Amino acid sequence: MVEQIENMLASYKGEKGGLIPMLQKVQQRLGYLSPEAVSQIAKLLNISESEIFGVASFYAQFRFTPSGEHSVKVCLGTACHVRGGVRILETVERELNIVPGGTTQDYKFSLERVACFGCCALAPVMVIDKEVYGRMAPAKAKQILAEY
Amino acid sequence: MTFEQMQRRAISEWEALEQSSVPRILVGAATCGRAAGAGAVIEALQTGLRQQGLEATITQVGCIGLCYAEPLVDIIKPSRPRICYSNVTPQIVTQLIEDYLIKDDPRPDLALGTIGDGSVEGIPKFFELPVLKPQVRIILRHCGFIDPTNINHYLANGGYSGLVKALQMSPQEIIQEIKKSGLRGRGGAGFPTGQKWEFCRNASGEPKYIVCNADEGDPGAFMNRSLLEGDPHSVLEGMLIGAYTIGASEGYIYCRAEYPLALERLDTAIKQMETNNLLGDNILGSHFSFHLKIKEGAGAFVCGEETALMASVEGRRGMPRSRPPFPANSGLWGKPTNINNVETWGSVAAILQKGAEWYSGYGTERSKGTKTFSLVGKVERTGLIEVPLGITLREIIYNIGGGVVEGKQFKGVQTGGPSGGCLSSDFLDIPIDYESLARAGSIMGSGGMIVMDENTCIVDTAHYFLDFVQRESCGKCVPCRVGTRQMLDILERITKGQGQPGDIEQLQRLAETVRDGSLCALGGTAPNPVLTTIRYFCNEYEAHIDQKRCPALVCKELISYYILPDKCQGCMICLRNCPVEAISGGKRMTHVIDQSKCTKCGTCLDVCPPRFNAVVKVSGEQVVVPQRPAAVSASS
Repeated sequence: MVEQIENMLASYKGEKGGLIPMLQKVQQRLGYLSPEAVSQIAKLLNISESEIFGVASFYAQFRFTPSGEHSVKVCLGTACHVRGGVRILETVERELNIVPGGTTQDYKFSLERVACFGCCALAPVMVIDKEVYGRMAPAKAKQILAEY
Repeated sequence: MTFEQMQRRAISEWEALEQSSVPRILVGAATCGRAAGAGAVIEALQTGLRQQGLEATITQVGCIGLCYAEPLVDIIKPSRPRICYSNVTPQIVTQLIEDYLIKDDPRPDLALGTIGDGSVEGIPKFFELPVLKPQVRIILRHCGFIDPTNINHYLANGGYSGLVKALQMSPQEIIQEIKKSGLRGRGGAGFPTGQKWEFCRNASGEPKYIVCNADEGDPGAFMNRSLLEGDPHSVLEGMLIGAYTIGASEGYIYCRAEYPLALERLDTAIKQMETNNLLGDNILGSHFSFHLKIKEGAGAFVCGEETALMASVEGRRGMPRSRPPFPANSGLWGKPTNINNVETWGSVAAILQKGAEWYSGYGTERSKGTKTFSLVGKVERTGLIEVPLGITLREIIYNIGGGVVEGKQFKGVQTGGPSGGCLSSDFLDIPIDYESLARAGSIMGSGGMIVMDENTCIVDTAHYFLDFVQRESCGKCVPCRVGTRQMLDILERITKGQGQPGDIEQLQRLAETVRDGSLCALGGTAPNPVLTTIRYFCNEYEAHIDQKRCPALVCKELISYYILPDKCQGCMICLRNCPVEAISGGKRMTHVIDQSKCTKCGTCLDVCPPRFNAVVKVSGEQVVVPQRPAAVSASS
């Protein structure tokens, strides 16, 4: 594991302001920031783990627990809000029985609310992994979730 | 290879494409197009062409702006004008292949418009359509026309000629040119770009940095995403011009992680620039060297603020600091730094390519040029638009946008995102420029424009924005951290029907403190949505506070759903769909909602067949209905 993380981060050595890109790389590969990875980065950059947690916890992107197989993100941007984004979120919450930030018990889905995807013209929008679903309705959201 | 050789190579590639003997098919495949189903359309095209044994080139282009009509497919047959087809599905692809490609019937019934010389009977000219006629495309000139992953397409259309021109000028001459153009910062604040560059140019310290702010965090705005996805090189050319002018040797693009396609396009574009000596040491054989890196944001709205952005680039918590010192003197790693928004950089390239005089021919006395807006919300034709400054809101909403959805009543328009304001119908005829919007209590902002209709609750909207800034407040200064929380608590009470006399005044007092006392613009502008809605829509606040009524029927705690016994036919659809089993009834029995169980999700209203129309939503009134299900009366 240690070696794997080291290889992952080799290219960032010496980069100015490299901490955030390193964290992003780890999360992209592991799905979250594991305690081992944080301690590894601390050693590499010669900074304390608490400093890394300080930075990582500031940004919405980083998570410290493993995520589900599929990430479901419901957009709550302004356009989605006026077109009923909250109802989409409520539907997903009900279907998966989790709240934003949570993961289903079988680790199949993680749910997040997102401030804006920039697909406002197709509001309301839901994103599962990399697939963007526009012009959502509660029934449609239910149907899409069932396909996964 | 010299620039002239590069350009010649690009032009010959472009001309070969234009004179191609096989049909060319362009598919709008930006994020919005993909969300609307462009992926399935491309697959259908590939399969269809293969099955029919036809030859054609398929190019994925950026967004042309008509998001409401996506997916868009354009077909260019040799010696025919380009025809744009809207709302294309895989079924329509099959029809277009058979009818137009094989039988040469252009199917005017499916077409939106023709682009370029020549015409086709029954199809209007694309740029004469009401949605496009008032628009002027300068920043978005290539979006939807070129392949954003091919630098030759950009070069063949005048790309990087602005840089070449700049390299023959002195930095002082370029600053004069930008000043003459009247360009002001398109990130929202509207600071004169030429002046900003001059400050940084004159600042002492090495190295100097330039930054492109692509952290488009305003919910409801996607102008920068579209430009980066559809024409990344125009932004990068602007950055090169800025770097040369200021004397910067290093630069960063700070782009939010929620824009994966924009990041991909930037990455591709930067690699192409490196191969073509447009980036690196001695660019195009000159003495100018410049290195550029992408920094991916990590999901923090406040990082759009320039000092917070710089902290984030340096790898720290993205918290703002007080100014002065301004970034021009002490920015990234304490060195002189110039930050501009994506759209500002995109405009710079166009100004150098075509001249300041040409550019300043558009716009008003003090707000020159064009501005892109994302026109969204309750408007018929949602999408990305570019208009000369000085145009009225009415022209945008009614002529370009086609008016409010389903012919509903216009209520207001929100500009400038969480930092901006909501304007009522009284402001439909003010010209859109920096000063007029500020006078009305809103701001130009980065360009989000959200239309609201009679079904949008103003108090809920103010609550929405405040909730947003409250979540995104970095917590460094007290007025923003605590003040927005207090304001949010009051708004929450009001939307729940627990508003008290004096709440409005209290909100206004808090708003002033937050505005005047906050460290950065996030807090300084956070009260704007609340202040403008109180100013222009006070009656809605009063309805919530005094009558415990939500006139737009949005605030959950103030609305109720009822099933009208004289209309209900006992079809059981609502009963089966109710997620909380709050509806009782039976076959041919009138249904009843148990108000104590109802979560006001609105599913029953959605699913009740329109021919019955038995579910009603009300606020502030009691509807008398039976307590128990009863047999549907024979007469109904």
